[in-house]
Amino acid sequence: MRHTRIYRAVGICWVVLTLAALVYATRLALVVAPTEATMGNVQRIFYYHVPTSMLSLLFPYVNFVASVFYLGWRRRDPLRAMAADAVAISAAEVTVVFSSLSLLTGMLWGRAAWGIWWTWDARLTSMLLLWLLYVSYLMLRKLSATGQTQTLAAVLSVFAAIDVPIVFMSIRWWRTQHPAPVFFGGQDSGIDPSMMPAFGWNVLGWAMWGVFLLAFRYALERRRQEREQEAALKSIEGSLEIAQ
Amino acid sequence: MSRVMSELRNDLRGLRRYFGHVWCHLRKDLRLEWRSRDSVVGMLFFALLVVIIFSLAFDPTAAVSREIAGGILWVALLFASFTALNQSWTREQRNRVLDAQRMSPAPASALFLGKALANLIFVALIEVVLSPLFIVFYNLHALGEGWMLAIVMPLGTWALVCNGTFFAAMSLRTRNRELLLPLIMVPISIPALLGMMQATTAILTGESDPAIWIRLLVAYNIAFTTVCLLLFETVLSAE
Amino acid sequence: MNETAHETGSIHTNKPDQASGAVRVAAARLDAVSKLYGGFAALRKVTVGFAVGSSTVVLGDNGAGKSTLLRLIAGLIVPTRGTVKVFGDEPRWQRRRIAYMSHEAMLYDELSAMENLRYFAELQSDGCGCVCGAPERALRAVGLDPALTRPVGQYSQGMKQRASLARVLQTDPELLLLDEPFSNLDVDSARHMVELLMEFRSRPVSAASTEQGARGRTIILTTHQAHLAEPLAETTLTMRAGTILSIVGAAREGAQ
Repeated sequence: MRHTRIYRAVGICWVVLTLAALVYATRLALVVAPTEATMGNVQRIFYYHVPTSMLSLLFPYVNFVASVFYLGWRRRDPLRAMAADAVAISAAEVTVVFSSLSLLTGMLWGRAAWGIWWTWDARLTSMLLLWLLYVSYLMLRKLSATGQTQTLAAVLSVFAAIDVPIVFMSIRWWRTQHPAPVFFGGQDSGIDPSMMPAFGWNVLGWAMWGVFLLAFRYALERRRQEREQEAALKSIEGSLEIAQ
Repeated sequence: MSRVMSELRNDLRGLRRYFGHVWCHLRKDLRLEWRSRDSVVGMLFFALLVVIIFSLAFDPTAAVSREIAGGILWVALLFASFTALNQSWTREQRNRVLDAQRMSPAPASALFLGKALANLIFVALIEVVLSPLFIVFYNLHALGEGWMLAIVMPLGTWALVCNGTFFAAMSLRTRNRELLLPLIMVPISIPALLGMMQATTAILTGESDPAIWIRLLVAYNIAFTTVCLLLFETVLSAE
Repeated sequence: MNETAHETGSIHTNKPDQASGAVRVAAARLDAVSKLYGGFAALRKVTVGFAVGSSTVVLGDNGAGKSTLLRLIAGLIVPTRGTVKVFGDEPRWQRRRIAYMSHEAMLYDELSAMENLRYFAELQSDGCGCVCGAPERALRAVGLDPALTRPVGQYSQGMKQRASLARVLQTDPELLLLDEPFSNLDVDSARHMVELLMEFRSRPVSAASTEQGARGRTIILTTHQAHLAEPLAETTLTMRAGTILSIVGAAREGAQ
């Protein structure tokens, strides 16, 4: 019981800090950071697009590691395995959230900068495929029969983790093979130092927000598992009359 | 020295036993298919339909068809293989034979490998029948090095059926088997699909070098065949 | 002896073993086993042992948990709670010594009985290919002609069931699990099957069996036609709603 209270306190502090970081980061991004020379104010979406893209590449690792632990513990230590599974599903959902955000902000930026919503540029395509992979992971969780969901999902997660580097490599080859070069706003080739604080704070703020989502979803999933356990216990202990 | 030799001999014997089991499964699957001919005939007709429909949709000239033929061929094979992949496990589920398989002391991955090889043979059969038709319908002749298709086709087919057989086993006991298989198989297979389509197009048009895509397919096949073999036991014993 | 099970589950110990002081390994032992399917408890805290060489008939209505019990022992499913041991080990490591037959044939419709049996024998065998006539013998034993080329899909129910029995008998199992083997069978065929099972029980176990002293073939059979299985009912175990209601005749086990 006391633990719950500590967790709650830590959670609330975390949320407050996250909000503060995000507010400060927003101010830096929208007000303080200098206007970019060629793109103007449109470039400010960069402060949201790049951090979300970076984070959507981070959470798949969490999902993968948790899934491997699930597979390892599945038979030996079912209780810990369930915790690992809760981390895995939370990380997958957070991945989908961040890659959706990244895709959306990317499309908005693309519309403003290039005049098109979408182009089959290497990075856009890779991100779309990443999004597809983790949506299919969630689909599997939804459609598979109870009892085997966790195992199958963990297996698929391993496949996805192996697939991600192959996807990124192949898409890069695909785009460089094709003759039509696609313009990409070369923000990567170094940004002005005056833009750094805004960028850094946004990365931090969104990362904190991601961690918060992950933890919150984890707690939710754990609670669902607990209730399932209680219901199971009840149906095991239940008298013969109730069972019939 | 003699100990090393005897260990080696033991390993060899184990390997021979393993492939004996694989061969046993493969022979059984081939025999089942020979008796019923369901999946090959179904797959063939389905692939034919897809090819015809694309042909109607694009009304291709020789130059255009070279550009799109690679893509259409693999899309047709992909769709057709879904039917066969589902079939290949439905067979095991009828009369609950799968329970007997799960209880057998033979390694589970041998069952997987045997079935994947059987599916490889079925899809390869489709390719052999389909390619003359394809060449006729799309007025094809390769401008690049045509013999390289002999490398690309088996590699691409294995990339499809290996993961396909695995995912079909995964979706075996789910509520919507037919729905789930493409949903989980296609996203994972996209790099492989890209590789085979690009390689085929490169060979047909002769404009670029397919080597890089062949390398991709080889890497993809090695990585996923390994994972499939390692994880199949887990999937088969999941309830 | 008649123990009535309450929520605590019934406990069935092998009295002869404890008397002799040696810890003899049971053919199958369930320890506080519960099995849930979603929220439905198919088995609830079942503790029961099956001595080596015993023959048990499990009775109960549909949904009493009979099949779940058998599938747990077969290692086809894992318990949600508790442990299942077969010959003192996890079921999946003892697959060679267990055979499981259900009311479904577990044979390929497209293959003939002989092809089916040879296939499963090859999977069972260590070496490559040599199955040494076991399929033929098993088929003859159940009264089927090994030369029959008709696919199993065209067999009558009774023939299918006999072929299925041949499939499990050919591996010479020490623990034979039969899940509703008499469903879909007429009375005569069922009697014949019981005779075959009785004959199987009396067969000596090959020397490969490792446990000292504990020899003999163990049969666990579920049915809801108690009268048919009577000759095999050395012990009768009655189940209801996922628990064991009673175990009758366990005392005779010691005589085996």
